[in-house]
Amino acid sequence: MTATTQETRTILFKIKRQTEPNSAPFWEEYAVPYKENLNIISCLNWIAANPTTTSGVDSTPVAWDCNCLEEVCGACTMVINGRARQSCSALVDTLVKETGADTITLEPMSKFPLVRDLVVNRQRMFKELIRLKAWVPIDGTHALGGGPKESPEAQDTRYALSRCMTCGCCLEACPQFTIDNNFVGAQAISQARYFNMHKTGAVLADERMEELEGPGGITDCGNAQNCVKVCPKEIPLTESIAAIGRQATVHAIKSFFTGKK
Amino acid sequence: MANAKPRVIVVGGGLAGLAASVRIAEAGVPVDLFSMVPVKRSHSVCAQGGINACNEVARQQGYSEWMHFDETIYGGDFLNHQPPVYQMCYEAPKIIDLLDRMGVPFNRTAEGERDLRMFGGSLYKRTHFAGATTGQQLLYALDEQTRRYEAEGKVKKYEFWEFLWPVLDDQGVCKGIVAQDMRTMQIRSYRADAVIIATGGCGLVYGKSTMSVICTGGAAARCFQAGAWLGNPEMIQVHPTAIPGEDKCRLMSESARGEGGRVWVPRQKNDPRKGIDIPENERWYFLEEKYPKYGNLVPRDIATREIFFICQQGYGVGGGRQVYLDVSHLPEATKKKLHGILEIYEKFVGEDPKKAPMRIFPAVHYSMGGLYTDYEAAPDNKGLVQGAHGNMMTNIKGLYAFGEVNYNYHGANRLGANALLNCIFDGLFCGLGVANYVRDGVATSSADTQASVYDRAVAQEESRMKQLLSGHGTYNPYKIHEQLGNAMTDYATVVRDENGLKGLRGIIAELREQYRKLKLTDTGMWTNQNLSFARALGDMLIYADAVALGALERRESRGAHYRSDYTERDDSKFLKTTIAKWNPSSYSVSLEYADVPTPLIQPRQRTYGKVDKKEPAAAKA
Repeated sequence: MTATTQETRTILFKIKRQTEPNSAPFWEEYAVPYKENLNIISCLNWIAANPTTTSGVDSTPVAWDCNCLEEVCGACTMVINGRARQSCSALVDTLVKETGADTITLEPMSKFPLVRDLVVNRQRMFKELIRLKAWVPIDGTHALGGGPKESPEAQDTRYALSRCMTCGCCLEACPQFTIDNNFVGAQAISQARYFNMHKTGAVLADERMEELEGPGGITDCGNAQNCVKVCPKEIPLTESIAAIGRQATVHAIKSFFTGKK
Repeated sequence: MANAKPRVIVVGGGLAGLAASVRIAEAGVPVDLFSMVPVKRSHSVCAQGGINACNEVARQQGYSEWMHFDETIYGGDFLNHQPPVYQMCYEAPKIIDLLDRMGVPFNRTAEGERDLRMFGGSLYKRTHFAGATTGQQLLYALDEQTRRYEAEGKVKKYEFWEFLWPVLDDQGVCKGIVAQDMRTMQIRSYRADAVIIATGGCGLVYGKSTMSVICTGGAAARCFQAGAWLGNPEMIQVHPTAIPGEDKCRLMSESARGEGGRVWVPRQKNDPRKGIDIPENERWYFLEEKYPKYGNLVPRDIATREIFFICQQGYGVGGGRQVYLDVSHLPEATKKKLHGILEIYEKFVGEDPKKAPMRIFPAVHYSMGGLYTDYEAAPDNKGLVQGAHGNMMTNIKGLYAFGEVNYNYHGANRLGANALLNCIFDGLFCGLGVANYVRDGVATSSADTQASVYDRAVAQEESRMKQLLSGHGTYNPYKIHEQLGNAMTDYATVVRDENGLKGLRGIIAELREQYRKLKLTDTGMWTNQNLSFARALGDMLIYADAVALGALERRESRGAHYRSDYTERDDSKFLKTTIAKWNPSSYSVSLEYADVPTPLIQPRQRTYGKVDKKEPAAAKA
């Protein structure tokens, strides 16, 4: 008896698709046979192998980005049932439990230029990392001994920040970050804090602060605190924003008195 | 004569590719870096446990670079090449220092020194780590350094570009690549005086593995078809502890055991109780009993076989193919160090591994084999000649292989936490040789290579693409892939034998026939992932046959390659590298063998102090 129910139960996927950046979006529905422990990726894989919609139309496999499938690469972020998250760690059983329905909606993130279907172009995030000089300026790769000593507490704080996989969830959820403004967003601010915390990385702190005090910088944050709620890695993004806010104040005062501004 | 306009192409943006890019850009040679994904999303992020290097604490307890070298060779069952492994182990401490300077948040001791953990195949603490996401942290550090060179215009990234073919000039020297923009689907060539393939492993050949989606082995297989050889393709590592899943198998790092995690099964077969309810004296810690010296930290090939056999004997949890990996007894501070992996288990399985033992099973994890490369050994064989052009060059001049795609370092079995080291070592140490080669070692600069050489290669790839897009067959590439994965997993993983491997080759041949009658559901020219996958499938079918044939012809057991019909290692016949060559006219793989020189360490019995135990010892009262 259970076997029959298992065989016939399907999960209905409503997927927002778009063939090209400038074409009109459209919705398609697919019925994916239910199994235990399915994640969204395995359902999209099933659809790729069986791209026929519920209305019997032979379509094309849905395009989406993915790579590691264990929530460390950040590639497979999309909007699932209205919330940005990774499709690898979004489990069907959990989603069904949340909504009480065997229906799941998939959409591309809305804050980045659309490429195709669920694929968006997130290059802007990497460009922000260049803008903020998100690196430690070492002298070179030659053997010059080890790095600075660090307390376990400091390592703990830095490690939490360093787990950012540039997935974009925080930006999708941010009311201040839009597809066409120049706000750097929580991920980049948090990375600036990360590098400012490192003894050698701090050499570039002033340059980072100049950027963050300019247009699209820290003052554009509206303190909605959505970012920290959606971060899959539980990175303390609001703490980073607060820390950079304080550093900005200090930096501004210092610049004023040293006549740099 | 010095090359006035040297240029290097790096294919793959994982640890090896990024380390090479940084080293070569630093040497003043411009780098074009190609990757199918933004490099920060490369498969190196999945590495969890750590990176090995002799350190002062271990040294003062009797450890040394030499012992690291010896462990690696013993772990690899003597099939590794000794001079490069020697060099890697002696460079390792310097590499850790460098990563530390780059800002990697390595775990710290109370005094602020880099913390260490135990790892498989060693009795010393010599593994450096950043939580349980070490690969991610190391990749990010190199990604940041690469971004710095990108900002300075010394590295140019081509992300979402797929490598299709190495361009060889009329003398057979590599002079660039053909690649495809995965968005616009445009195919074009790029000139370079050297090309480094750093594209990782081939796990997708097995369908489900611990590897990322892009790890198809496609790039290696394309070089293979262009005339590059493969070394030991049959050597595939099956990791003992992974969570089986519908879309992939998720790794549960060896660091769980390194930090004190224990593998066990109920002493009573088909025990109906939950793991957590089974009292201590009714648990069979079979690895600890069989290997009193190394316990849960025997090398991966051994742990995998023991788990596999124990399940075959019916001791698996619930009588099935799973055993317990238990960290629930560890102190909170230790669990915190493992947070990254325990979080994965909790998210994907829905149970808290801090409270109850995890259920795990072995899964395909790493390719010890890969593109065949050569090197320039030091006169006494202790290491390599620094900056030599030939270090890790394939048999095609100007074409290099770094990182997992390079077959050189791990022999028949890789030790845990040696892969990250291998990647970075190749990039940094051998990267210098590439910079030297493009400046001083090329007869004609790629800038002066005739355009026809590139046009020819582009035309070949365009015609291949058209053929795939215009297929009028009936076969679905995803379904062929599923069958390939199932067959490879059934016949070419933990236990292999003559009949199984012969049958496997038959299945592969059949799937190749089906592949000729493919039907793509998407034939568009914008972000066509269907096309990219279908093309890689053809390459996987070729690579798979090299694995199967290599395994069939190696009639012995060594490291990860276990033959139930030839259970012993046979040094007289097989202390040899399998060299696979592709014959385009017959569209088939052929094998040759080359002796593995053993100038520094002679092969010895590899037992890890095993004590024979077929049944659990009687339960203690």
